[in-house]
Amino acid sequence: MDPMPSALPDGEPMPGDGALPAAALTGAADRPLGFYLHVPYCATRCGYCDFNTYTASELRGPGGALASRETYADHLVEEIRLARKVLGDDPRQVETVFVGGGTPTLLPAADLGRMLAAIRDEFGLAPDAEITTEANPETVDPRYLDGLLAGGFNRVSFGMQSARPHVLKILDRTHTPGRPEACVAEARAAGFAHVNLDLIYGTPGESDDDWRASLDAALAAGPDHVSAYALIVEEGTQLARRIRRGEVPMTDDDVHADRYLIADERLAAAGFRWYEVSNWATTDAARCRHNELYWTGADWWGAGPGAHSHVGGVRWWNVKHPGAYAQALTEGRSPGAGRELLADEDRRVERILLELRLADGCPLDLLAPAGARAAARALTDGLLEPAPYEAGRAVLTLRGRLLADAVVRDLVD
Amino acid sequence: MPATSTNVPEPSRTDPDLLRNFCIIAHIDHGKSTLADRMLQITGVVDQRQMRAQYLDRMDIERERGITIKSQAVRLPWSPSEGEERSGTHHILNMIDTPGHVDFTYEVSRSLAACEGCILLVDAAQGIEAQTLANLYLAMENDLTIIPVLNKIDLPAAQPEKFAAELANLVGCEPEDVLRVSAKTGVGVPELLDRVVRDVPAPVGVKDAPARAMIFDSVYDAYRGVVTYVKVVDGTLNKRERIRMMSTGAAHELLEIGTNSPEMKAADGLSVGEVGYLITGVKDVRQSKVGDTITQLNNGATEALGGYKDPKPMVFSGLYPLDGSDYPELREALDKLQLNDAALVYEPETSAALGFGFRVGFLGLLHLEVIRERLEREFNLALIATAPNVVYQVDMEDGAHHEVTNPSEFPTGKIDKVHEPVVRATILAPSEFIGAIMELCQTRRGTLLGMDYLSEDRVEIRYTLPLAEVVFDFFDQLKSKTRGYASLDYEPTGEQVADLVKVDILLHGDKVDAFSAICHKDKAYAYGVRLVGKLRELIPRQGFEVPIQAAIGSRVIARETVRAIRKDVLAKCYGGDISRKRKLLEKQKEGKKRMKMVGSVEVPQEAFIAVLSSDSDGDKKK
Repeated sequence: MDPMPSALPDGEPMPGDGALPAAALTGAADRPLGFYLHVPYCATRCGYCDFNTYTASELRGPGGALASRETYADHLVEEIRLARKVLGDDPRQVETVFVGGGTPTLLPAADLGRMLAAIRDEFGLAPDAEITTEANPETVDPRYLDGLLAGGFNRVSFGMQSARPHVLKILDRTHTPGRPEACVAEARAAGFAHVNLDLIYGTPGESDDDWRASLDAALAAGPDHVSAYALIVEEGTQLARRIRRGEVPMTDDDVHADRYLIADERLAAAGFRWYEVSNWATTDAARCRHNELYWTGADWWGAGPGAHSHVGGVRWWNVKHPGAYAQALTEGRSPGAGRELLADEDRRVERILLELRLADGCPLDLLAPAGARAAARALTDGLLEPAPYEAGRAVLTLRGRLLADAVVRDLVD
Repeated sequence: MPATSTNVPEPSRTDPDLLRNFCIIAHIDHGKSTLADRMLQITGVVDQRQMRAQYLDRMDIERERGITIKSQAVRLPWSPSEGEERSGTHHILNMIDTPGHVDFTYEVSRSLAACEGCILLVDAAQGIEAQTLANLYLAMENDLTIIPVLNKIDLPAAQPEKFAAELANLVGCEPEDVLRVSAKTGVGVPELLDRVVRDVPAPVGVKDAPARAMIFDSVYDAYRGVVTYVKVVDGTLNKRERIRMMSTGAAHELLEIGTNSPEMKAADGLSVGEVGYLITGVKDVRQSKVGDTITQLNNGATEALGGYKDPKPMVFSGLYPLDGSDYPELREALDKLQLNDAALVYEPETSAALGFGFRVGFLGLLHLEVIRERLEREFNLALIATAPNVVYQVDMEDGAHHEVTNPSEFPTGKIDKVHEPVVRATILAPSEFIGAIMELCQTRRGTLLGMDYLSEDRVEIRYTLPLAEVVFDFFDQLKSKTRGYASLDYEPTGEQVADLVKVDILLHGDKVDAFSAICHKDKAYAYGVRLVGKLRELIPRQGFEVPIQAAIGSRVIARETVRAIRKDVLAKCYGGDISRKRKLLEKQKEGKKRMKMVGSVEVPQEAFIAVLSSDSDGDKKK
């Protein structure tokens, strides 16, 4: 999934060569390393989307460098080479690669393969590496999927969102209902071991029954992984403006809660188990290992405009505009726009807020005395599971998952 | 230096016949301070170079709000150019500055008692306002000679003919007798000073009697202690004399005595009819009370001058620091303000909802606002003030009696009678608003006393109103219903028995003392419904359902529910969201700190502020 919100955080400037403090690499060998590759192009912009994407196929940097769909893979390959330099003699092979966007499948499958090859050349891929790309149901066909598989991809994630035409229309999704389900079959036929469908609930105009229908359609297609997200109306999007003008209604939080309960129930009945607040998988092997890197404090390099990275307590993010991004790489500079060095307390807080969202939960010994007292209260209030609590872990109950942020606020005390 | 120099009569040696003690009665913004400034200039006591706008207003807050709270007396030499027998003779004009607001009626009355005449200053574009009218009546009761003056005649919107007729009607003179000036340009001001000499009577006192001086103001000065302003009615006070405050019998050394012109200037003494200041070294204005009589310690007067009253707070409000740790600072600040404000009373109070604070008594709403603003501005304190309330006298059936200054202390049990203070309110407004004003006063339990036309299209409406109704948002309502044209004055006239009940607000079953209110039985329901509805909007959803109830005793009269929150989780948290999410969490933790716990319910401080600073629609911030 796309690790790229629209706004970049505040931080300190990034050194021109992208060098990391030495401390960031100590103990690196014990942590998995992943790559996120961002493709910032879309055929059209969806009304709810605030990701860093562009519908123009050619974008220029301030010095005239051109980032076009045709040359995009070249720039990304350059950043992968930069990553090799920055990480120096880091011996790690890459465990996961995730290509997100935007719409990665707007590029030819061969281009995606070329980026992956650069990672293989520079770092090497672990034998069981998970290689995922996001795909738009309208942009792929069996031949394209064959191409991806040939390039080394073994997991594909389709943006289905909904099975209902009126819901897709509010979301500005252009695919016809039924197409994502067909894609799953095509991907299975091509030989993909793992297939995910992304769903969105709580879209204005969606009913409980619409949502059940979407879940049923998704499950009938036979993916081994489902992500279901409450629609977030981000400031500055077309959808936010339409809601403000009263053209479409805002969905109530209680409706979101109801839809989440419906999702968990249907997915569980179909043999899926939650492993993160918004993610369900049929087996442990079907979990998205790349996303698990984000949630467990592992290292990943995010390549592409606006992409975020994390290595050993240093978080940094690239310039957002593809033209500026291409310009930096053309001039041999790091495209990093800023970074932050996490203090120990920051890392502790991040661990709590990320790990508490997981089915494995977070260890209670991570909590300060006030946080531990809050955890005991959360247990009494039915927000934490009793059995794992006894075993020293804070694991959210179903109701707790819906109130995860509130629990986190208390537990970080 | 002033043009008048050599043969100006000096303090303690001035023939009373040459003295003129006068004040200026005017509404805020009608130009009193500007006129005073002009008089300082024209009489030469302040030269051009030193002149700054509103010279006499000392406090920043006064300067900014353009209002005068503390009065002063300035000694001005003046030789009239007109009038045969007076022309060319040096006279001494004592200009006594009066506070301009409704809350300070008593202080005004003492300032007026120090004068023999007053200038009634009215904006020629606006006409007379209620407070001015009230003060005019006070002046008339004190038998002062009134000199009606229209100011701002240079303004394009000025209607001197119309308002001269109005003033003539009020004062009982001919419209031609109304002087026309522009305090801003100085036009007409010398003629006005001549008129003061001609029309205002000289003070009459007994020169050879034991001294009796009336205190008309008392100001704390950080360097000099309390500066007391007096008018010597009989006899003479001399420097270094021992004096006695007649209300308390306390004796003091007279460290300094003198006059203001406009800076303090020591003198040998003050004699019959003269006005000036004295310093005794006391540190607290409550030891030198407005209205008290000063005499010599030895062989002093036996009978005090009439009219002394202890200041009595009429309106109470709980003041609490937003941050509980500021409590000691708040106490210190109140202590400091009290040095200069004999009417300010307070005592510590604890609220279950708001923590430690003070119940503070004020003369009225402006007094409250001025004090609160000074606490926030000068002492940098962030405060929550509970809704202002009045003092109730409660008689129980068993004969017990309670005085209630805090609604949460309203007694339970069998109540026989509740007495509430009432005021006589005077409202001046264009006649087109009569209907709206009467409607407002009726809904506020008012009784019409009378109505008079001041001119063809302006009326004076008099009502008896419960003070509690006036302190609750009355003025804002009046302003909004009359598009800002109405003006209001009120004075306490006594008490009445009324059918009053206490309405409590309960959050999740816990009484919130800060929200308790005493109101008329017929309005309790509306009050309860309104407050409960407002709280429902302001209290965020919690982990459990929170009932909000309004109750009279154990009877619930209104109820709303804040539903339990069911969803508080961000759907997505991937690589690029983590920094943002951690920062959001830090911000939310800050927000949590600003919550007050009421029982188990988290209530944002904004909710307290919004409800307590309430007007009827609740969206106005004080």
